[in-house]
Amino acid sequence: MSIATSIEIDAAGLYYKELNAQIRDAVSEGALKVVLKNVTGQRYIGTNLYGTVDRDTLRKLEIEIHGTPGNDLGMFLDGPTITVHGNVMDGSGNTMNHGRIVAHGRAGDITGFSARGGEMFIKGNAGYRVGIHMKEYGDMRPVMTIGGATQDFLGEYMAGGVVIILGLTLKPGEAHYCNHVGTGMHGGMIFLRGNIEPHQIGTGVGMPELTDKDAELLTNYIAEYGRLFDTDVSEIKLEDFTKLAPLSVRPYKQVYAY
Amino acid sequence: MKIEEHQNNNPSKPAQRKASDFKIRSNRLSEFAVQRDYDRCIKCEVCIKQCSFDVHYRDEEDDLIKHRPENCVGCHRCAVMCPTAAISITPNPAQYRAHGSWSGEHVKDINRQAETGGVVLTGSGNDKAAPVYWDRMLINASQVTNPSIDPLREPMELRTYIGAKPASVKVKDGKLASEMPPQIKIQMPILFSAISYGAISYNVQKAIAEAAEELGTLYNTGEGGLHPDFYKYKDNTIVQVASGRFGVHPDYLNAARMVEIKIGQGAKPGIGGHLAGEKVSESVSITRMIPMGTDAISPAPQHDIYSIEDLRMLIFALKEATNYRVPVSVKIAAVHNAAAIASGIVRAGADVVAIDGFRGGTGAAPKAIRDNVGLPIEFALAAVDQRLRDEGIRNQVTLISGGGIRCAADIVKAIALGADAVYIGTAALIAVGCTLCQKCYSGKCNWGIATQNPYLAKRVNSEIAKNRLVNLVQGWSHEIKEMLGGMGINSIESLKGSRSQLRGVGLTSEELDILGIRPAGM
Ligand code: SF4
Ligand code: SF4
Repeated sequence: MSIATSIEIDAAGLYYKELNAQIRDAVSEGALKVVLKNVTGQRYIGTNLYGTVDRDTLRKLEIEIHGTPGNDLGMFLDGPTITVHGNVMDGSGNTMNHGRIVAHGRAGDITGFSARGGEMFIKGNAGYRVGIHMKEYGDMRPVMTIGGATQDFLGEYMAGGVVIILGLTLKPGEAHYCNHVGTGMHGGMIFLRGNIEPHQIGTGVGMPELTDKDAELLTNYIAEYGRLFDTDVSEIKLEDFTKLAPLSVRPYKQVYAY
Repeated sequence: MKIEEHQNNNPSKPAQRKASDFKIRSNRLSEFAVQRDYDRCIKCEVCIKQCSFDVHYRDEEDDLIKHRPENCVGCHRCAVMCPTAAISITPNPAQYRAHGSWSGEHVKDINRQAETGGVVLTGSGNDKAAPVYWDRMLINASQVTNPSIDPLREPMELRTYIGAKPASVKVKDGKLASEMPPQIKIQMPILFSAISYGAISYNVQKAIAEAAEELGTLYNTGEGGLHPDFYKYKDNTIVQVASGRFGVHPDYLNAARMVEIKIGQGAKPGIGGHLAGEKVSESVSITRMIPMGTDAISPAPQHDIYSIEDLRMLIFALKEATNYRVPVSVKIAAVHNAAAIASGIVRAGADVVAIDGFRGGTGAAPKAIRDNVGLPIEFALAAVDQRLRDEGIRNQVTLISGGGIRCAADIVKAIALGADAVYIGTAALIAVGCTLCQKCYSGKCNWGIATQNPYLAKRVNSEIAKNRLVNLVQGWSHEIKEMLGGMGINSIESLKGSRSQLRGVGLTSEELDILGIRPAGM
């Protein structure tokens, strides 16, 4: 095959099992781009692609979704890029390993839960427990960029990875409304643009200064956000960010009597 | 002092004690007494090398091997290894004044906590004297009518199929015409339960995997991921998905015959886990896919499961991720409402429900929880099986019970109560050397099992350990066959849920009711 094949599937009326089986078949047969029309809540899109084609091909695969995919979009995702022209529900990027999820809308709860790699871009707000227990390993480090704000328990138990919250949906002067941010965090970092009070942040989480490396990372991801969503990001200043990072990689060390 | 003279009969021993002879902590009685027969001691220092708890030491000045009994955890490694049998480890005869309410253990734990302000940790399984109901059930045998069968003469079937069974099947031209949910054929109703690499050493996990392969059964990775070297045992592997999601990715999920969602564990229902950073060695870090030296924290709940509906979502996520090729198990701790929860799990689409009783082992758990939370597996199993039967959904799952299975008779009783198979964990570790010292959480296991310290871990040779595991399971299989034969049954299938083969002794009528068995003599 000299040119990438693209295939379109009409998801209207299809049960998720059927829809996902069709996607799997299409990828197995060599499709490099799968466009899904009329998606109405089907779960686990992108989850069942293991064993279809080799790893490198999976990394080139694009899945374009029109409509609203259901929960656990791209759960265990390992390579493909999923672009959603709409909102995503709960559990997008759940335990994701590699790849990219871009949502031109809002995201539900536990977005990026336990992700170990890959990138996520959410244009607007996200729900509760976002980025909870994200981790990293070797050169695998998940980065999640959220254009708006999130609800409580952001980055709870975080063991690695990066969460960037741009706060673009907050009104001028409005502070972040998420509480218990980073509770139990023992790795990774959260960059939050906008005001947040110390009482909103979990114990054991510190607010170190941004390093040069942090600034470079933020600049890149902000630019990418602007490009993906065709948004003017020139207003976003690095000095408006608060960095949250764990004070210890061993938060529970003192809890036990030996 | 008289006692010291009595304890030490070496005439060359100095009369005076130096500061280094004194206990490190002075307000706790040692749990164990270390006695060294100085007439036998050849000062070879084997005990010093064998003990990772820093009990034995050489006093250069006095030219004697001495000990700090307050550090001893009673693992008996030194006593076994001492070439002249000079050492004996006993419970410390010096005890606090006896008290009916405040046991020595209470007093010691209070002191430990007063010193540190922490949670008292422990390992292994509940060691308290709550009744073991297996011991209060007796198995039937045939006499005269329904002749007993000699398994050495006649075929005896222990083969077990793990997976959901359809309510009915169609047969066409002598062949199965309906589509079956995924099934795993194992040669005996015994599986190795979840013990993660991290909690135990590489060699021990390898031994368990190889034993499962040789026996034709399954072992369970626990929630610690799968070491790259162990992918080769995939035909005998159950991979676990727990709240930490360590090492969980598509390759891992697809390397297994079964995927198990771990909701709970009998030794610590309702709480998460925590592998201390010290145990996250380079190789454990590769397996769990977390940086070396960081704590591996498994939160108490799975944060994508707050309801049965959410559980269903994860079950089907795993089925999607494995293309519906393998059964999905859900493991829960035996708790008060286990029957209702199990019913929910079956309706959520699980193929297997694993129930772990409160005597199940652990690498680390708060002692308060290990010893006080949960249910004996015998009750939970009977209640779950009954509930699923009453609801007409028992066929939809395989029921695996674990947590305190100590011998072949326990297995026969579990299957008669309604289990399809059992998980064994502690028994397997005992087979490779564990002496139940309960210090697994310390990472200093002198028997080379619950440790990542290479010096200690190499005490277990994986081939010898594998042979011991194979021997144990084969021995138990023979015993199960003997007991089945005695009942006049030639297949384990015929024993399943056959509670009429059991009678209770010393049980109240309520206990008999819950177990669904009659009292002995009736
Ligand atoms: S901890 Fe074990 S090896 Fe050490 S002295 Fe006690 S029994 Fe012996
Ligand atoms: S595994 Fe080791 S540390 Fe744990 S109880 Fe057994 S002998 Fe003791």
